Amino acid sequence: MDIFLQQLLNALSLGGTYALLALGLAVVFSIIGLINFAHGELMTVTGYAICFALIWGLPFPLAVIAGLSVAMVAAFLMERVAFRPVRGASGTTLLLTSFAVSAILRVLFQNLISARPIPVSIPASLSGVLTVGPLHLGMIQLISIIVTLVMLLGLNLFLHRTMAGRAMRAAAEDFAVLRLMGLRANSVVATAFVISGLLAGVAGLLWVAQRGSVDPLMGALPVLKAFIAAIIGGLGSLSGAVAGGFLLGFIEVILQAYLPESLLPYRDAFAILVVIAVLLFRPQGLLARKTLVKL
Amino acid sequence: MTAPDDTLLLIEDLTVSYGAVEAVRGIDLTVRRGEIVTLLGANGAGKSSTLNAIVGLAPRKARRMEFSGSDLQGVPPETVVRRGLTLVPEGRRVFSSLTVDENLMLGGAKHATRGDPAAVKADMLERFPILAERLHQNAGSLSGGEQQMLAIARALMSSPDLLLLDEPSLGLAPQVVDQIFDLIGSLRERGLTILLVEQNVAQSLEIADRGYVLANGRIELQGSAEELRASPEIQDAYLGA
Ligand SMILES: Nc1ncnc2c1ncn2[C@@H]1O[C@H](COP(=O)(O)OP(=O)(O)O)[C@@H](O)[C@H]1O
Ligand SMILES: [Mg+2]
Repeated sequence: MDIFLQQLLNALSLGGTYALLALGLAVVFSIIGLINFAHGELMTVTGYAICFALIWGLPFPLAVIAGLSVAMVAAFLMERVAFRPVRGASGTTLLLTSFAVSAILRVLFQNLISARPIPVSIPASLSGVLTVGPLHLGMIQLISIIVTLVMLLGLNLFLHRTMAGRAMRAAAEDFAVLRLMGLRANSVVATAFVISGLLAGVAGLLWVAQRGSVDPLMGALPVLKAFIAAIIGGLGSLSGAVAGGFLLGFIEVILQAYLPESLLPYRDAFAILVVIAVLLFRPQGLLARKTLVKL
Repeated sequence: MTAPDDTLLLIEDLTVSYGAVEAVRGIDLTVRRGEIVTLLGANGAGKSSTLNAIVGLAPRKARRMEFSGSDLQGVPPETVVRRGLTLVPEGRRVFSSLTVDENLMLGGAKHATRGDPAAVKADMLERFPILAERLHQNAGSLSGGEQQMLAIARALMSSPDLLLLDEPSLGLAPQVVDQIFDLIGSLRERGLTILLVEQNVAQSLEIADRGYVLANGRIELQGSAEELRASPEIQDAYLGA
């Protein structure tokens, strides 16, 4: 029971992180048809920002705020500098641009900061174990799950209760017509990027908090997983991205727990097999939505 | 040539090309304040391209393109709309995953509207009670006719001076078509100017003051509604006399 519950927590917290990342990818994709592979570097940037803020002596909560702010600003700049000039171009052009941005940022991290992991001193209170009766639960996993839920709830409120949020939902459906409502295309796209930056920032924060270090390639693997999650969910569908993220988290944790030890190195391969099986039955993804990309 | 004072929309030598496809090949078109002008023509004649080009949603080139005396060339759609010219696009294109109410809210977004969105909304809900009933339902769940009403109401939320309507009666039951045409007539009475693209030639010529007939991207025929109704080309091709 104890172990099962711990596994459930692990799955929820890992899946939650994937969900946040996949959601960030989907928010941008649904509006401008860009799969932003530099999304992972937004995680990394957050990690470094938190790391340096702590080194400079900021208390942890302020370091977190600094990290998230840096992520949002970085996402905003990324759109302004790299993606706006190619807006409306073919999917391939957009994809290659995002690879380029990702590669440039990784090289910058390696050369300007360090190629090796830098430790981040996470407060001890976060890395402890919570004992509830007979159960011992990882504190950080619990916090991850709560933070993920708060983010999902907050985003949902934003999308449904504010004009900017409604504009984003409308943009995902029909950008051209949204412009006929007098809403500026540039501000809608910028908002989408800032939100995706915040989501990547929170995911980066959780990732660093669990691992205790930052390195230039930190974002690579999680963003690849998030991409897979977004595909499972149906690219462009926000609820699909969340569902896909949690599903992938569960698959990975279950495989990790129940695969025989000799097969563990192939865990990701098995995970991808499950994904392929899902896509065989639902090629458009679980919660696919018609996306016509139009400007 | 300078525009007479009551000219609201003035277009000279408008060309719309999509790569190698030339959809509109140098047309002149004017709409005067208070008029209903109809743009007729077969499928693929270039009617939608013309409307989309006016609001900045299609690639365009023109010698002159002015709305209310201000140049429209190079102006993005959001700015065109803020100046008081808006389009109800072909196929309605309501935001189907948003509620009826949210569609209206976006239409009356603060920075775009020049009038009183609350008053427009009350007026539209009174005219189309079905929209009031479905206010919190997703727009995608409405019937075609209801979606068309919503699309028009949404466009009116910004209190435009000139409304471009792209085939509002397409695919609707005759009864609903009558309702839409009634609405168009009453909008004119309230001072709105309308450029109406239609394939429903008989009803459009009944309601319009003037009209143009497009064929292969060129204006083939133009004149007052009466003249067009009487013209042999229209009689043969559309009115089935
Ligand atoms: N986005 C587009 N890309 C390429 N060709 C287009 C596009 N839109 C319209 N066309 C072409 O331009 C021509 C005119 O189309 P359109 O303006 O939609 O005509 P209408 O509204 O009169 O039916 C057609 O040949 C159509 O195929
Ligand atoms: Mg058309």
